[in-house]
Amino acid sequence: MILSKQKPFEEILGYLEGENKVFILGCNGCAQASGTGGPVQVAEMKGKLEMAGKKVTGTNVVDFLCEKALIKSRLGTKIEPLEASDSILVLTCGVGVQAVAASVNKLCHPGCDTINLGGSRGEWSGSERCMECGECVLESTGGICPLTACTKGLLSGQCGGANKGKCEVNPERDCGWELIYNRLKRLNQLDKLRKLAPPKDYGKMLPRVEVMATERWAVERPAWKEVAAK
Amino acid sequence: MSLQSVLESGKFAITAEIGPLKGTDTTEIKEVAELLHGRVTAANVTDQQSAVMRLGSMAVCHLIKDHGLEPVFQMTCRDRNRIALQSDLLSAWVLGIKNVLSITGDLPSLGDHPQAMSVYDLDSVQLLWVISRLNQGFDMVGNELKGKTDFFPGAVVNPGANTEASFELQLFKMEKKIKAGAKFFQTQAVYEPDKFAKFMKRVEGFGVPILAGIIPLKSVGMARFMNKNVAGVFVPEETIQKMATAKDKTQTGVDIAAGLVKDLKDICQGVHIMAIGWEKKVPQILDAAGM
Repeated sequence: MILSKQKPFEEILGYLEGENKVFILGCNGCAQASGTGGPVQVAEMKGKLEMAGKKVTGTNVVDFLCEKALIKSRLGTKIEPLEASDSILVLTCGVGVQAVAASVNKLCHPGCDTINLGGSRGEWSGSERCMECGECVLESTGGICPLTACTKGLLSGQCGGANKGKCEVNPERDCGWELIYNRLKRLNQLDKLRKLAPPKDYGKMLPRVEVMATERWAVERPAWKEVAAK
Repeated sequence: MSLQSVLESGKFAITAEIGPLKGTDTTEIKEVAELLHGRVTAANVTDQQSAVMRLGSMAVCHLIKDHGLEPVFQMTCRDRNRIALQSDLLSAWVLGIKNVLSITGDLPSLGDHPQAMSVYDLDSVQLLWVISRLNQGFDMVGNELKGKTDFFPGAVVNPGANTEASFELQLFKMEKKIKAGAKFFQTQAVYEPDKFAKFMKRVEGFGVPILAGIIPLKSVGMARFMNKNVAGVFVPEETIQKMATAKDKTQTGVDIAAGLVKDLKDICQGVHIMAIGWEKKVPQILDAAGM
């Protein structure tokens, strides 16, 4: 899942300066779950824009704005209001805005900011996080990830900033290394703390080259599955 | 006598700390360097302390060396990736800097540029290992250097960690730092010599010289602030009361610091005075301590 939050309304109005007619597109996927671009938020945005003196030529909420085939089939029936608009305001994540901009020959404005998931996979209540670092270290840390549990992501142990078991950055936040210590102690595995942790290969944390390619060929073609399997 | 020879010969070392200011005015740094010359073994130069952007540690190390004061180059892992860290180490060596203190570094969110990207590509233990590699004549991926370094690497430890887990974690990390090449330690501020003696007992077997940290108190407010906010620092109420009832608070602050130097002298291998703006009072503190 991808998390997003709506941009401040003033910022959106700024994008629309000099334009009168706007079409609003929302997404029934992650943007709806984020509460930023579902049917409710699209209707709200329509009302706010009209209050601000803009003409809303039409609205639509597509199941998944990241899917170009869906965008094209769903907007096929909306060609007239779309063509009569100066621009499209897209209430969804960065992937969706790009997919719409690539599918429709109109100026597209992003209505949302996409938020870093910080190792979570979206909205759920668990506190476990994975940074997708490409070389898992959980073996030596009692199954608690130091990259995500420690604010600094330290591999070699606690910094000097822990105070009464909490992180100096936020007194509400547990020191990740104290959690690791307590877990290892319970498991009688404290010796694991003596091992030097080699520097990480952060190259492994970068997105795969195929995904970063400008042509996005790997994502677009069936062959990407073969690449991913390698 | 260099910091390394003082510590290796078992003599008592005194280090001070210089915090560069924001800007290019180096007048005070030069004054402090001249004042401390001959009184301390060496002086640390902080590296963007508290994640506040200032004049750089390497340049100031070079500057105080020109004024006769041996520098300890503090290096945090917060602002540089492994390429920049190694390159800066080579640069520091070329500038005649011998001592390096490896630290993780405060998070940018605590400083004056909270928007900054924090790096932490390496951590303090890994940086010590990298320094050891450079001393052996190789970079961290094994490429041979044309001309190697011969740094005297140091590290920090917080002896006042206030949970069992925290205390044990500090000791585990200390062991790792020694394994990675640390030759001396400087500690967070100590106000209770008795408790510190217990810490020293625990780390006796490590066989590495330890310089106890001293932060002179300037006011009651400062003591209470540290007790509340600074991890591992605890100023006992008795000391706070001495400040509260003092007629001359500056003199009392100096006397308390001098008392700590005297008490710590027989417990550890040196003291590290972090004066935080009171650098020019360090000679007074040493006079009062009879050093």
